[in-house]
Amino acid sequence: MNATVVQLTARGLLGRRRAYLLLALSLILLLLCALVRGLAGQDTDITVGILGGFAIATIVPLLGLIAGTGAIGPEIDDGSIVYLLSKPLSRFSIVLSKVAVAVAVITVFGSVTVLLAGLVLSGTSDNLAVGYAVGALVAGIGYGTLFLLLAVVTRHAVVVGLLYALIWETLVGSYVPGAQTLSIQQWSLAITERLVGSDAEQLGVTSAVSLGAAVPMLFFVIVGSVWYAGWRLRSLRLTSDE
Amino acid sequence: MSTLLLDNVSRWFGNVVAVNDVSMAIGPGVTGLLGPNGAGKSTLINMLGGFLPPSSGSVTLDGEIVWRNEGIYRRIGLVPEREAMYDVVSGWEFVLANAKLHRLNDPHAAARRAIETVHMTEAQDRDISTYSKGMKQRIKMATALVHDPPVLLLDEPFNGMDPRQRLPLMALLQAMGDAGRTVLFSSHILEEVERIAGNIQVMVAGRHAASGGFREIRQLMIERPHQYTIRSDDDRALAAAIIADASASSVELVAPTTTGGRQLARGGPTTGIREAASSLHVQATDFASFVRVLPQLASRANIRLYEVSPADESLESVFSYLVAR
Repeated sequence: MNATVVQLTARGLLGRRRAYLLLALSLILLLLCALVRGLAGQDTDITVGILGGFAIATIVPLLGLIAGTGAIGPEIDDGSIVYLLSKPLSRFSIVLSKVAVAVAVITVFGSVTVLLAGLVLSGTSDNLAVGYAVGALVAGIGYGTLFLLLAVVTRHAVVVGLLYALIWETLVGSYVPGAQTLSIQQWSLAITERLVGSDAEQLGVTSAVSLGAAVPMLFFVIVGSVWYAGWRLRSLRLTSDE
Repeated sequence: MSTLLLDNVSRWFGNVVAVNDVSMAIGPGVTGLLGPNGAGKSTLINMLGGFLPPSSGSVTLDGEIVWRNEGIYRRIGLVPEREAMYDVVSGWEFVLANAKLHRLNDPHAAARRAIETVHMTEAQDRDISTYSKGMKQRIKMATALVHDPPVLLLDEPFNGMDPRQRLPLMALLQAMGDAGRTVLFSSHILEEVERIAGNIQVMVAGRHAASGGFREIRQLMIERPHQYTIRSDDDRALAAAIIADASASSVELVAPTTTGGRQLARGGPTTGIREAASSLHVQATDFASFVRVLPQLASRANIRLYEVSPADESLESVFSYLVAR
């Protein structure tokens, strides 16, 4: 990790109006939860529906996409990454620093927001708030690293990331059960399920993947993405506009 | 003292050959990489800077391969052509960040020194997004100089700068070269290059066309056969007179196009036109004697000259002459 890379990345990621976008996503979730709680009172089904069906399924992947691709994509697009690459720095430390910033952003705007939303909806009952917050954190790390890798590999990272999160995980996953095996969302739900405890199934907090499978796959995706992004960055070709 | 070496380097992108079997050594002092747009200068600089692997051949700095060698950047300072920087920070913060990325012992002192060198101390606290093109160029330069590298690579550093901004930068590069650094910059403008570069490498269409001091390059350009397009009131007779003289090696009588012919017939003098709308393409072997002899030849044969214009004064034709030798 390199403090200067972290600093430059954070300035870039939060500087260009992106902070407002991230804040807006969190506020939408919190306002929605406050509204629901006010109208419907405390209802575990609704809590599971909102946190599992909306926060983890939509807000967290979007945050991962914005923070993951935003941590490196714009620099590669406009060529300013050359100022990082023309230094005697390990490419892995550049990637790790950028992943750290992306994960920190996702934690603050995603995981903490989910925790607050859970508390607003059902207090501390059934450990739902903490369970989903940890799930959001784990999912955020997964999405953040994977989408950062996408931004190194392709200029169309945002489109590919959206296709993965919305089409593969949500649409294909709901019709083809096998597709859920390769879903960051389901992996993180497996962790939430464990944290919620024995009532999880009864409450509807279920994952299509067992914890024993989810953890190694998450680990593989996170470590693999960091490693491959660093390797690709080592041989990133810069060509001029000519 | 460092030397960059290109050894039989080629680079192709799909079917397009951008750099074709180039070998050159770039040593201390200022070297200008001269060539028209699309000649492969940027591709060459990207390979020298380790941002593109050669398709064949090798690029080394003092014997060390440049590609995929992060350590090489302790000795190379790079000024890219593209303008994008981390423009959410100020000039000072950006140069300081570059110093820290190099893990220098005293990054603050290094950044201060680099900014002083490019005369940006006054504007250093403003955001980079508020800088003019010339100021951005100078801050880019400061980031490349911050670790005091023996090698400096600059891609089109004067592009888009007005003369007032250009002169101090030129003086700076010259001072770097005089101090024993290896400075390589690319340009498509001969005057820029010959002003500061002790050594010129000419690239045309991906090939290494010529190299030498600016006097030698100038000489090559002056000594080349010159081409002229000539219109007169009797092109056929003039062609005969020119080819009889030793100062030209070939004369071509070019038939008129219909529109051109009509225009000339209408616009030309009404008397004495025997063959109105053709023209001559003349290849002169000796530039100096041809321009002296031509009026004498015409006068002797009683031919009136309407137009004598050099056909190949553009830089591209000069370059293509160099590469065709």
